[in-house]
Amino acid sequence: MEKMNRVNTISGRTMFCHLDAPANAISVCRDATQVVVAGRNIFKIYGLEEDGFVERLNLRVGRKPSLNFSCADVMWHQMEENLLATAATNGAVVTWNLARPCRNKQEQLFTEHKRTVNKVCFHPTEVNMLLSGSQDGFMKCFDLRKKESVSTFSGQSESVRDVQFSMKDYFTFAASFENGNVQLWDIRRPDRYERMFTAHTGPVFCCDWHPEDRGWLATGGRDKMVKVWDMSTNRVKEIYCVQTIASVARVKWRPERRFHLATCSMMVDHNIYVWDVRRPFIPFATFEEHKDVTTGIVWRHQHDPYFLLSGSKDSTLYQHMFKDASRPVDRANPEGLCFGLFGDLAFAAKESLMAGPPSVGDVGRKTYPGGDRRYPIFFFKKPDVTEQFAQVSSALSVFESEAGSSVGMDWFINTAQSYLLSGKPFAELCEHNAQVAKRLNRLQESTTWTMLRIMFSEPANPSLSTNHNLNKSGNLPLVNSFSMKEMSAALNERNKENRQDNIHSLETNLNNNDENEETEGSEGQAEYLFGDAELDDDDLYSMEHDNQAAEEPEYLLPQEAFPLRHEIMDHPSAPEPVQEKPESPHVSGSEAESMCLTPMESISLISVSQLLFSPHLPPKFFCPIVKEMLCYYAEQGDVQMAVSVLIVLGDRIRKEIDELTQEHWYMSYIDLLQRFELWNVSNEVIKLSTCGAIMCLNQTSTTLHINCSNCKRPMSNKGWICDRCHQCASVCAVCHHVVKGLFVWCQGCSHGGHLEHVMEWLKQSKHCPAGCGHLCEYT
Amino acid sequence: MNENADICNHCRNMIREKEKGMKMSRRISTGPSSFIPENEILGAMPLSDSTVMFLDEEFSGRVDNLTQVMGLHPHYLQAFLRCHYYLLRMDGPLPLHYRHYIAIMAAARHQCSSLVCHHMQEFEQIGVCSDWLRGLEFCPQRLRNLNEINKILAHRPWLITKQHIQALVKTGEHSWSLAELVHAVVLLAHFHALASFVFGSGVNPDPEVTEVNGVTDDLCPLAMAGLCTCHLTNGNQANGNPLRNPDTGSELEALMERMKRLLEEREDDDASEEEMFTRFEKEKKESLLVVSAGFDEEVVPPSPVARFVDDPSFGYQDFARHGEDNPPTFKAQDYSWEDHGFSLVNRLYSDIGHLLDDKFRTACDLTYYNMASHEGVDTSMLRRALFNYVHCMYGIRYDDYDYGEVNQLLERSLKVYIKTVTCYPERTTRRMYESYWHQFRHSEKVHVNLLLMEARMQAELLYALRAITHYMT
Repeated sequence: MEKMNRVNTISGRTMFCHLDAPANAISVCRDATQVVVAGRNIFKIYGLEEDGFVERLNLRVGRKPSLNFSCADVMWHQMEENLLATAATNGAVVTWNLARPCRNKQEQLFTEHKRTVNKVCFHPTEVNMLLSGSQDGFMKCFDLRKKESVSTFSGQSESVRDVQFSMKDYFTFAASFENGNVQLWDIRRPDRYERMFTAHTGPVFCCDWHPEDRGWLATGGRDKMVKVWDMSTNRVKEIYCVQTIASVARVKWRPERRFHLATCSMMVDHNIYVWDVRRPFIPFATFEEHKDVTTGIVWRHQHDPYFLLSGSKDSTLYQHMFKDASRPVDRANPEGLCFGLFGDLAFAAKESLMAGPPSVGDVGRKTYPGGDRRYPIFFFKKPDVTEQFAQVSSALSVFESEAGSSVGMDWFINTAQSYLLSGKPFAELCEHNAQVAKRLNRLQESTTWTMLRIMFSEPANPSLSTNHNLNKSGNLPLVNSFSMKEMSAALNERNKENRQDNIHSLETNLNNNDENEETEGSEGQAEYLFGDAELDDDDLYSMEHDNQAAEEPEYLLPQEAFPLRHEIMDHPSAPEPVQEKPESPHVSGSEAESMCLTPMESISLISVSQLLFSPHLPPKFFCPIVKEMLCYYAEQGDVQMAVSVLIVLGDRIRKEIDELTQEHWYMSYIDLLQRFELWNVSNEVIKLSTCGAIMCLNQTSTTLHINCSNCKRPMSNKGWICDRCHQCASVCAVCHHVVKGLFVWCQGCSHGGHLEHVMEWLKQSKHCPAGCGHLCEYT
Repeated sequence: MNENADICNHCRNMIREKEKGMKMSRRISTGPSSFIPENEILGAMPLSDSTVMFLDEEFSGRVDNLTQVMGLHPHYLQAFLRCHYYLLRMDGPLPLHYRHYIAIMAAARHQCSSLVCHHMQEFEQIGVCSDWLRGLEFCPQRLRNLNEINKILAHRPWLITKQHIQALVKTGEHSWSLAELVHAVVLLAHFHALASFVFGSGVNPDPEVTEVNGVTDDLCPLAMAGLCTCHLTNGNQANGNPLRNPDTGSELEALMERMKRLLEEREDDDASEEEMFTRFEKEKKESLLVVSAGFDEEVVPPSPVARFVDDPSFGYQDFARHGEDNPPTFKAQDYSWEDHGFSLVNRLYSDIGHLLDDKFRTACDLTYYNMASHEGVDTSMLRRALFNYVHCMYGIRYDDYDYGEVNQLLERSLKVYIKTVTCYPERTTRRMYESYWHQFRHSEKVHVNLLLMEARMQAELLYALRAITHYMT
């Protein structure tokens, strides 16, 4: 009854006050009306009023406060309301008596620890007993009536991070250590610990006994875990484990809620979480008020679960109301959506949402309500009345992609495997890839490859003759291939005949183009080449300049070519009306051609018009377009195309695209390839890439650990003889020579040898060549 | 010397073979270290089995001079190698060639040509972007942006602020991700500290480094000619064995006596806070006076190294200077490696925290309970004094340490050595190395060096990580 009354008197709201300095620890007095805040530069007592904190007392007195005031920890006695203890960073343990009449409330000073004291703890029921744990590896028990410690407990030079008296067992206390251990001690036996177990990897920063359940201890460590241990049995058992996102600095059981505990972290994460240990994945409640790491948390009253106090490095002291906490569960998305590698789509949502009859559009959808045998993803828990979690059950739907649909990724695998990226002349690579794309019904990609071949092939080299041959066989996958055939063939012939003609053809073609532009307006790339409106002068000039420099030594007809182009560039519009008349038949011709193009194929018109200039336009000329195209593909998500083109074009385009973008594309493509387990292709891509960062990929994780086949000990990688048993390792079972290079072996009997030898052997016999009698299997 | 770990005969043979191999290829230098007689090092290599295996795997069996000197402390060597190879070879946010380039940049700040050459060679072997080796102006802007924190961390780490981090991380073309930055920072600190060790123990440059690769040859003409900076200190080698100096026989006893007295005094030493504070300040100030000879002349970096150094005039300045506004003291309890540094570093660059943790712990806890000829001595006080003295010079203060101990335990010549090795290692000379602790073994002096190296690395890391933490919050 008394308890109830006391609880009822507590009221308040979420509130905070500014401290002058960062807090290291806080503690409340027994009747929950005052809180003490301690830190390096602060040691104050605040009163908890209805609508705010009121500073009651500043314990930091003196002209030049000593290091004894620099507190790592503070504890208010739970029996004696005037008694406080602090742990100082310089190794002092200080007790304070608020009843002292003078300003300086310091009562006793123990300087027995050699290093920082991390924790002090009063005995829950014994008035005069104080325990401390220090960095120097010792725990000391003080009797406040005496001047020095009554007993010392040694942690074998491991730093003590936390000490806590058990709430239920009078003589027991727990200590947590920097090496991950937790020890249980009997206060009467300082010679050795009762129990020790390893709780975490790395330091255990905190521990807390359960207020009700005897033998339950919660620990939090640098390994970001909170674990709950049951010590009531002979073997210490881990009963719950909560994985948080940062190292756990403090842990405190929530009063009156058996499975709840509050944690805060030491670094990076500033929130306070309240967990239901049975639901370790989502915090039950979160307090997000602090702007820097929370250093101290304490429940305001030991029988009231609704008020939490916290101090922080951001120099604020908060009182959190539980009803104001944010509940991550409410914000959690109970729907899940995931694409499978092969285009399957899995979708899970609340069962209630999925209950409606399938709509007409749901073709290919398979619904698996919870508990389906094929997808046993759910387990049903019996609702627990003490749990405050909403029971959510959801249904999973899996949408399988139909074979050959656009969602499926078969094309990707096929393409990756069939594309040729190196090893042949450029034109053949393009041709091959174009066919691959066509075969897979990817016309745009196919066209792109063809265009690339045309753009970048040099006219006088065999690539054109290939082109020719292909034309004959009618293989060119262009819709308007006729125009290209004609043009390129004609061009080719003329090329062979003589230059004059070539110029002539050029001239006419140029005019053609101009007319095209006139007649068709926005259609086609010609505009881009000659349109005065589209390109600003700077671009034109710089382009000319480049061309001059690049071409002069290489091309046959620089002199003739240049005046021609200059003329056009300088006066692009002037001659046109004049020329229109004499050339009119041509105009109609080209118009007719372009008319029959479907909009989608309009790109090919570009290639036509550009093809005509190819003897005189350096490949560089096309780079901006190609670059744009690559970016387009990458944007569309078809990074495969971008990378393949990048590799095939090699130096022709590489300098145009900045390294980082290239690297990004490569990485994405390699990542995709590896997901589809296309290791060979991905390795080829890595090898062919020119980015430093990508090529490096092949040099990571290249260590191969070999054990000797005789003595099974690790081999040093020097030579082929095992250092330990002095036998040749990896001998071929067929020819009895050492295998240097590919070694294949049966996983059943671990005999094997040269790949060819074993293959040959297996043609004749099913048994192991080593004569062990095993029926070898090689997959 | 060190307790002989049980190793199988076979291993011993292997080591012996390895040593033979070393002798064959050793032409320029006279042993792994120019400070320590060759037989001292070769006589004591009881490496554990796993270390030998590790060496075999990661180095293809090659043991360079640095490893040999460090091999005086096999236990530490193992922790060191693990960390070293994790940083350089294993999965991490930075590409391999970046890592070696950062190593070069870091070592170049201390003009440590042997480390620079070694990593230039490693860089070559990766086979990409080899034109970066022509100098800083040939490497990407992103790497050049690291120059600023490189020089600050190397010489005056207390100046690093969250603005520096912000400048590197802010979105833009050459920005760093936090994970990459942490990797880079750890690499920088690691190689600054390693340079300290190289100079502090007089590790000779590896002959192979200059022999193997044609390109490196012309880049390292000085090392080739055996004129590496640490070699310059080789002059007075003919002085015979300075170890057994009869005049200083009492020195060791005096030190032991002081340690004993401190232990006893501790109980009734009731120094006030002001007293403790003044002791720290005094130690900090006194470290100013500890200046090695020839301070004024600026050492001109040897040419192969200079191209990796930006702003070479930026050097060490004392943390606490008279009559100036000193930066605030770094309170170790507010940002410690165990609590804060570890969590941050491990969060951004997984597993490195454990390896560094292991390395720091091994270095700090390493002891053979020996002091020179005396056995069964608890040296923890001495070790802590060394560690904390380095941190003191970098302005890091431990509340729970009485800096009076430093004064009692570390003699002046040792302080000169410590200051030189940690703050401007390139000025270390053989004379400095020999001038302290005359009766101690070389392995013990190497132990001192390990402590200095780790303390320095931790100090740099603490400042850098604190800046990153500030940036993140």
